[in-house]
Amino acid sequence: MIWQPILLTLQLATLTTLILLVIGTPLAWWLARSPARWKEAVATVVALPLVLPPTVIGFYLLILLGPDGPGGWVASLWGARTLAFTFPGLVIGSVLYSMPFVVQPIRNAFEAAGDRPLEAAATLRASPLDRFFTVAVPLARRGFLTGAVLGFAHTMGEFGVILMIGGNIPGKTRVLSVAIYDYVETLQWTQAHILAGGMLVFSFTVILTMMMLEKRIGRGGR
Amino acid sequence: MRGDPVSRMEVRFRGALGRFALDVAFEVPARGITALFGPSGCGKTSVLRCVAGLQRLEGRFALDGDVWQDGRHFRPTHKRPIGYVFQEANLFPHLSVRANLLYGHRRTVGRGVPETIREADVVALLGIGHLLDRAPLNLSGGERQRVAVGRALLSQPRLLLMDEPLAALDRMSKDDILPYLERLHEVLSVPVLYVSHDIAEVERLADHLVLLRAGRVVANGPLAELQSDPSLPIARLPEAGVTLPAVVEGFEAAYGLTTLALDGGTLQVPGELGPPGSRRGIRIAASDVSLARRPPEGSTILNALPARILKAEPPDGVQMTAVVALGPAGTGARLLARVTRKSWDLLGLAPGEPVFAQIKGVALVQPGTGTDDPPD
Repeated sequence: MIWQPILLTLQLATLTTLILLVIGTPLAWWLARSPARWKEAVATVVALPLVLPPTVIGFYLLILLGPDGPGGWVASLWGARTLAFTFPGLVIGSVLYSMPFVVQPIRNAFEAAGDRPLEAAATLRASPLDRFFTVAVPLARRGFLTGAVLGFAHTMGEFGVILMIGGNIPGKTRVLSVAIYDYVETLQWTQAHILAGGMLVFSFTVILTMMMLEKRIGRGGR
Repeated sequence: MRGDPVSRMEVRFRGALGRFALDVAFEVPARGITALFGPSGCGKTSVLRCVAGLQRLEGRFALDGDVWQDGRHFRPTHKRPIGYVFQEANLFPHLSVRANLLYGHRRTVGRGVPETIREADVVALLGIGHLLDRAPLNLSGGERQRVAVGRALLSQPRLLLMDEPLAALDRMSKDDILPYLERLHEVLSVPVLYVSHDIAEVERLADHLVLLRAGRVVANGPLAELQSDPSLPIARLPEAGVTLPAVVEGFEAAYGLTTLALDGGTLQVPGELGPPGSRRGIRIAASDVSLARRPPEGSTILNALPARILKAEPPDGVQMTAVVALGPAGTGARLLARVTRKSWDLLGLAPGEPVFAQIKGVALVQPGTGTDDPPD
């Protein structure tokens, strides 16, 4: 029983991080390199979850994912009524609210590497895609590491948004943070202790590992 | 030389460039080293970036009939067969020296481009064999720049572009790398466009010179020709002078003097400069040449050669720079002489007049073949 929310949370965080790396990398690249002026407006939208109360994000997500929003239309493709209170809905929500934690470090890393290594690669016959993968990404690897870890960890810990759009359905949307809340509400202190303590150890390990990895990567490059 | 059907490089760019407009058009031989010379901010780096396709201005570029840019046709940088050496080496920090060297090589030779410049040769030529497994971060400035030159060469360029490759180096690193560049010049047949604002560097390396000022071409021609044109700004530099080819005629062991023959006369220079018949490049500074009406008597100056005045400028300055051509008929090599306007008037000098050019100092510009090659 106690393992179910843990597994579900790990699934959610892993999937969210992978999706964010896939869509966040080109977004970060565009934000770092485009001369377009309105890109800062896009950057602001991406950053909104940093300041908005989770309940506000959750409220709008609920409307988006619900039967009358685009989420409802998508759900109708396989005969469901809504994406709210489903695992896919949680993934969509997590991707949106964890996005700044992934996009921002990667964008910063792309900007820090600058034009010059890319120009050198271009003069050495590397096509744009070639220099992206052989120069830009390796030079930004610290940003990728930070982004992935922060995105993963933040998704693991989110509570407000999840409660708003996912509720508390065991095995489907009942993630760790919600489960802890639940155990406390029902005075099941032992279970609450196990999960909360586990999160504490997990968070400590993640941050420590990240800092050590960063140091090691930092020695190799730049 | 100039009448040969030498392949040529056609350069034409115009467009806004910060504070001024760049508007250059010149044709230079596609062989040897062509220096783009001018003060900082005159647009020489922009010209180089346009040739590389790193910057796009309206214009045209063709190398030996192969058009890289014309009208709407614009070949992107990665499809141009160039090697580019940046002012700061710009090595990839995440790759080893060897991986840096082979980055372009893999993308050309690895894709079927014939390998005319081989890794082992470049490593030996630039003396970087002991650095291959190091990270760029742990190299000195001079070493980094040598690796950058090697990396550019190994991409099998048909044109090497060098943007002040020595500007970021201190004096010692410069002296360390210049012999390698000179050797490159002797060994490789790749034409080079070399941007610099250091006349000493240009005189040491260049065959051909394009003078730029505020985005425009002031002059374009063989180095020796432009050096000896007193109407050009380089002749007014305090360090103005000419570089000339010379041939060793003999060595006077009793006094330790080598006799050098140049077009229109011979010079005696301290030191043993090589076996008779070997070629040396020499530089004679304008401030080391004075003019006399009669052959000097009772003077310690060894070298006084008959010559004829061609012209002198500016006519109203305190100092004038005169061009003289060696030989009684004035048909030989050209020298610059720095004279005061007062002595010019006192001696009644004028273009066409015969004079004696007294030469106080001669410097060698290139290491001769086989005598003092750069270390490995």
